[in-house]
Amino acid sequence: MSGHTETAHHGPAKGWTRWILTTNHKDIGTLYLVFSLIMLFVGGSMAFVIRAELFQPGLQLVVPEFFNQMTTMHGLIMVFGAVMPAFVGLANWQVPLMIGAPDMALPRLNNWSFWILPFAFAMLLSTLLMAGGAPDFGWTFYAPLSTTYAPPSVTFFIFAIHMMGISSIMGAINIIVTIFNMRAPGMKMMDLPLFVWTWLITAFLLIAVMPVLAAVVTMMLMDVHFGTSFFNAAGGGDPVLFQHVFWFFAHPEVYIMVLPAFGVISQIVPAFSRKPLFGYHSMVYATMAIAVMSFIVWAHHMFTVGMPLTGELFFMYTTMLIAVPTGVKVFNWVSTMFRGSMSFETPMLFSIAFIVLFTIGGLSGLMLAIAPADFQYHDTYFVVAHFHYVLVPGSVFGIIAGVYYWLPKWCGKMYDEKLGQIHFWLSFIGVNLTFFPMHFVGLAGMPRRIPDYALQFADFNMLTSLGAFLFGTTQLLFVYILIKTIRSGKPAAQLPWDGAKGLEWSVPSPAPYHTFSTPPVVSDK
Amino acid sequence: MKRWFNLTTPRGLISAVLMMFAFGFMLVPLYDVFCEVTGLNGKTKGQYQGEIIPTNSERIITIQFVANRNDNLPWPFSPQQEELKLRLGERKQTSFQVSNSYDRAVVAQAIPSVSPAIAADYLNKVECFCFQQQPLEAGEVKSFPLVFFVDPALPETITKLTLSYTLFDISDTTTASAR
Repeated sequence: MSGHTETAHHGPAKGWTRWILTTNHKDIGTLYLVFSLIMLFVGGSMAFVIRAELFQPGLQLVVPEFFNQMTTMHGLIMVFGAVMPAFVGLANWQVPLMIGAPDMALPRLNNWSFWILPFAFAMLLSTLLMAGGAPDFGWTFYAPLSTTYAPPSVTFFIFAIHMMGISSIMGAINIIVTIFNMRAPGMKMMDLPLFVWTWLITAFLLIAVMPVLAAVVTMMLMDVHFGTSFFNAAGGGDPVLFQHVFWFFAHPEVYIMVLPAFGVISQIVPAFSRKPLFGYHSMVYATMAIAVMSFIVWAHHMFTVGMPLTGELFFMYTTMLIAVPTGVKVFNWVSTMFRGSMSFETPMLFSIAFIVLFTIGGLSGLMLAIAPADFQYHDTYFVVAHFHYVLVPGSVFGIIAGVYYWLPKWCGKMYDEKLGQIHFWLSFIGVNLTFFPMHFVGLAGMPRRIPDYALQFADFNMLTSLGAFLFGTTQLLFVYILIKTIRSGKPAAQLPWDGAKGLEWSVPSPAPYHTFSTPPVVSDK
Repeated sequence: MKRWFNLTTPRGLISAVLMMFAFGFMLVPLYDVFCEVTGLNGKTKGQYQGEIIPTNSERIITIQFVANRNDNLPWPFSPQQEELKLRLGERKQTSFQVSNSYDRAVVAQAIPSVSPAIAADYLNKVECFCFQQQPLEAGEVKSFPLVFFVDPALPETITKLTLSYTLFDISDTTTASAR
C-alpha cells in the first residue's frame, strides 16, 4: 500500500477480478448478501421438493431416500448458507459504517472468509451427484446415522462443515476486532448502535461454539475412517455423547441466527416510531444474558434420550428462564412503538411482523421446554413449526427488513414502496399459511422427516404446501424488486428515513467506496 | 508511525478458538467422568475388585437378562435363564449362549446396560464376558459366563432390575477397547 498517493480517492477496480481480489468491506458485504440470496433459492427449491411430495399422502414424486437427502440438505443450506452469511453480509456493510470505521480491521482475512464459502457449498452440493447420494441423516447428523450408517458422501459433508466453520470463525474474529479497536473517537461501548452490539455478542458465540462443531465432525471423521469409537457403543463409545456435543454447539447456534436480527429490528423500530429505542441498556444486557444462558440449556433438545429427573428439571427451568431476557426485548420494542409517531414502510412492516411472529415461535418454544409435554411433541411437526417460526419470520424477516432499510444507502436508489408492500403481505400470508397448520398436525402426532403420512393429516398438509409455494415464489418478487431498484430506482436522499439516526446516515447515498477515511468525531449523544 | 490497529485482540481470539476446539474433545472424557460420578447412563463398572462380604440380607429381588444383537448380526445369542431371583449380596452365576453362524472367525464385544440406570452402581460383576473381546471360530458355539452379586445397599424402591447385553461384531475394528 506504500505506492499510492494520499490524494488518490480511487473507486473499485475494473472488471470481474474486483470481486475476487476485493478487500473492501462494502464489496465483501455485497458478495455475502448475494451468495446468501442464491443459497436461499437453492435451499428453497429443496423445500419445494419436500412440500410437493407432502402435498398429498402417499409417495408421488420422490423416493424416501431422496426425500431424506432433501430435508437434510435444506436444513444445512438454510442454516449455514442462507441465514448465517446474510448476517455476516449485513455486518460487513453496516458495522464499519455504524461505528465510523474506514473498513473492517482485517480486510484480507475478510476476503478469505467469504471466498471459502462458495467452495464449501459446491462441495456440499456435489454430494447430491455422488454414488449413495447426499447426506440423508438430518441436519442434526446424529451418530450412528451419520457414522456407521452414513452414505460415503459423509466425508465431503464433514469437510464442507469444516470450511464453513473456518469461514464463520474468521468472520467473527474480524467483527470483534473491528468493534473493539476501530470505533470512531469518542464512541464508547454503550454508545454502540444495537445492531453492532448484537453482532459483537453473536461473534463471541461463534468463537465459542464453531470450534466445538469442528471437534464433533472431526470425531465423526475419525469414527468413519480411522477406527475410533467416539460414538460407537461396540468400542466403548456412546451415541448419546454425540447429541450432547452437537447440541452444545447447536443451541448457541440458534441464537447466532437470531441475535443479529434482534439488532436489525432494534435499529428499524425506533426509526419508524420516531422515538429513541426504549431501554437501550436493558437491551444490551438482555442480549448478553441470552448469550450466556444459551450454554446451559442444550439438553432440552434431548428430553426423550433418557435423562434423570434432575437433568430434565434443570434443563427445563433454565430454558424457561431464557424467556425472561427475550421478553424484555419484546416489551422494549413494543414500548418503543408506544405513542410513537409511527409510519409503516416496508422495513417497518417486516419488523412488526418479526416481533409478532417471533413471539409466537418463542411461545411454542416455551411449550416445548416443558419436559413432560415435550415427550409428546418431540420429533413431531410441532417442533418443525416452532423452529420455522423463529427462523423464517424471525431471522429471515429480520434480514429482509434490514435489506429494505439500508438498501437506499447501499445503492443510492429507492426501492418501489408499493412493490415492497406487496412483497411483505404475500410473504406474511405465505409464511403463516405454511407454518401455522404445522402446529396442528404436530400436536395430532405427525412425525417430522417422513415422506408419507396418515390420511387425517392430508388437509393441513395441503394448506402448508400451498403456503410454501406462495412464500417461495414471492421471494422471486423480492429479487425483482432488488434488481429494479439497482437498475432504475429513484435516487435516494442521504437520509431516506426521517426518523433514522446513526453514523451510517452521515455519508452520502450511495455510500462512497471509501467512507470515514478521516474518523468522524462522536460527541455526547 | 504507530500501527493503526494492534494484533492483541486477534491473537486472543484465535487462542480462544483453539481452546474451544480442544474443549470439544475434552467433552468426551468429561462425559464419561460425569456419567461415572452420577451413575447415569446404566453403564456397569469394570470387574469387582473388593472382598465379597457375606451378608444376611433377607431382601429378594428379581433380575432379568436380555440379550440383543446389533441389527445386522444373524448370530443366535440368548441368556441361559431369562429371569432369576436372588438375595441381595448373594453371589450368583449364570451364562449367555452365543453361536457364530458365519463361516469365518470373528471377534465379538458385548456392551452391558442396566435398567433402571440408577441400579447400575449396585450390580457388581466378579466375572463377565463383557470385560474382554470374544474371539469366535467359524461356527463355534460358546457359553459366556457371568458371576455377579447385587450390593445390599440397593435402594428400597428397586425390586426388579434388567441387565441387557448388546452384542457387536467388531472384527473390522481392531482398535476397539474392551469395557
